[in-house]
Amino acid sequence: MHTPTYKSHISSVFNAELEDVRQRVLAMGGLVEQQIVDATRALTEVDAELAAEVIANDEKVNTLEVSIDDECSRILARRQPTASDLRLVYAVIKTITDLERMGDEAEKVARMAADLSEQERGIAPLVEVGHLSRHVSQMVRDALDAFARMDAESALACAHEDVNIDREYEALMRQCITFMMEDPRTIRRVLDVIWAVRALERIGDHARNICEYVIYFVKGKDVRHISLEAMKKEVQEDDE
Amino acid sequence: MDIDALSASRQPSRIEDDVHAITVENLNLFYGPKQALKNINMKIAKKKATAFIGPSGCGKSTLLRCFNRMNDLVDGCRVEGHLNLEGKNIYDKDVDISALRRNVGMVFQKPNPFPKSIYENVAYGMRLAGVTKKRELDETVEWALKGAALWEEVKDRLDDSALGLSGGQQQRLVIARAVAIKPQVLLMDEPCSALDPISTLKVEELINELKKEFTIVIVTHNMQQAARVSDYTAFMYVGDLIEFGNTDKLFTKPSMKQTEDYITGKYG
Repeated sequence: MHTPTYKSHISSVFNAELEDVRQRVLAMGGLVEQQIVDATRALTEVDAELAAEVIANDEKVNTLEVSIDDECSRILARRQPTASDLRLVYAVIKTITDLERMGDEAEKVARMAADLSEQERGIAPLVEVGHLSRHVSQMVRDALDAFARMDAESALACAHEDVNIDREYEALMRQCITFMMEDPRTIRRVLDVIWAVRALERIGDHARNICEYVIYFVKGKDVRHISLEAMKKEVQEDDE
Repeated sequence: MDIDALSASRQPSRIEDDVHAITVENLNLFYGPKQALKNINMKIAKKKATAFIGPSGCGKSTLLRCFNRMNDLVDGCRVEGHLNLEGKNIYDKDVDISALRRNVGMVFQKPNPFPKSIYENVAYGMRLAGVTKKRELDETVEWALKGAALWEEVKDRLDDSALGLSGGQQQRLVIARAVAIKPQVLLMDEPCSALDPISTLKVEELINELKKEFTIVIVTHNMQQAARVSDYTAFMYVGDLIEFGNTDKLFTKPSMKQTEDYITGKYG
C-alpha cells in the first residue's frame, strides 16, 4: 500500500489545517509525557509541591483535548475528508482520548504522591516504581514518535513493549504483597504505591492503543483487540 | 436486542458476488487516432448504483455512452471489444439500436424536456412504443412521476408546459420520462451538475429508490455524491480504469495511489 501523506493537497489551507491538528496532538503528547515523568518523580522523591503542580496541570491536558476535538469536527464538516485524510482525522480523535486518559492516570499517580507525603516515612518499592515509570514514559514517547512519523513498523515495535511493562507490573505487585505480608503497618503506604503502579500500567495500555491508531492510519487496517502476532501479520502483510 | 447482530461489522459487498447487468470485456474506444478508452474490463452489478468518477477527459462519460451506443453518433468513433447486456454483445451487427436504447435509458447533465405538457413528456416513450389506451398511459405516467418523486408537485397541472418547471423539477421529469418505458439500465451523465443542493438531494434520494428496480450507472464530478449514492465506484484516469470496487472501501482505503490522490484532492 502507498504511504499516506497529508501535505500535498491542492488546497493549501487544508494542508495547514491537518498540519496544525497534528502539531497540537504532538504538543498534547509532550505535555502528557512530562506529566507522567513529573508525577513519578513526585512519588519517588515524595515531593508534595511537584505533585500539586501535576494535579493542576491536568486541566491543560483536558483543554487541549477539547480544542483538538473541536478542530477535528470542523475539518469533518468543512472538508469531508476521505481515504487517508479521513483515517488521519479519525486517528487523531481516538489518540487524544487516550492521551487525555493518560493525563488522568498521571494525575492519579500525583495524588498518591501527595498522600504518601502526608504519611510517616517507611519502606516501599519506590526505586522499582521509578524503573517502571521510565519504561512507561519511553513507551509513550515511542508511540508519539510513531504518530509523528506515521510509521507502522515502529508503532508495532512500541505496542510490543506493553508485554514487558505488564511483566514489570506483575513483579512489582508481588513485591508489594510481600511488603504488606511482612509488616502490616506498611499496608497503607504500599496501597498508595499499588494504585500508582496500576495507573502506570494503564498508561502503557493507552500507549498501545495509540500505536493501533497509527497502524490504522498508515495501513487502513483495524488492529484493535487482536494478539500481537496477528497485529504483526497485518502490518507486514501486503495488501490485497 | 441482538448484540451479536449489532456488533457485526458490515462487510463490503463484492461485485463478483452480485448478479451482473452488464459486462465489459477488453473495450477499446478511439476518436479518430486518439484512444479514449484503454482495454476496459468491468462488471456492472444489477439493481445497484455504480458511479464513475475521474478528472475531466478521463473517459468516464465516453464509457457511459458506450452502454447505449450513443458514441455511434460521433464521427470517427471506433469501438473494439465486447459489451454484454444480459449476455448479448450490444456491439454485434444485428443489434436493434432503438430497442437497445429503450432498454438502456439515459439522463443528461442539463434537463431536456420536450416543449410539450408534463403529461406528454412522460407519455412520449410509451406512445412511440405504440401504447394508445388512455388508462394505461395515465397509470404509467402517474407511476413514473411518483417514482421520480415529482407527482405531488405536478399532479394538478399535468397539462401545463414542462418548460415552466424549475430546473430540479425538469430533471426529475426527464428521469420520469426515462423510467416510464421501464428500461433495465438507467444511465445518468452528471444528472445534478445544474441543480441546487436541495434538488440534488432529491435526485439522489430518487436514485436510491430507483435502484430497487433498475440498474443505475452515474457519472459525476461530485465525489461526495458518488460516495453518497453508489454501491460501487470506478475511478478512471486518461482512458484507464484505475480502480473499481465497493464504494465504502474506495473512499476509506483505496488501493491505488492515483485514486487516493484524486479523492483526497492532492497533486497527482
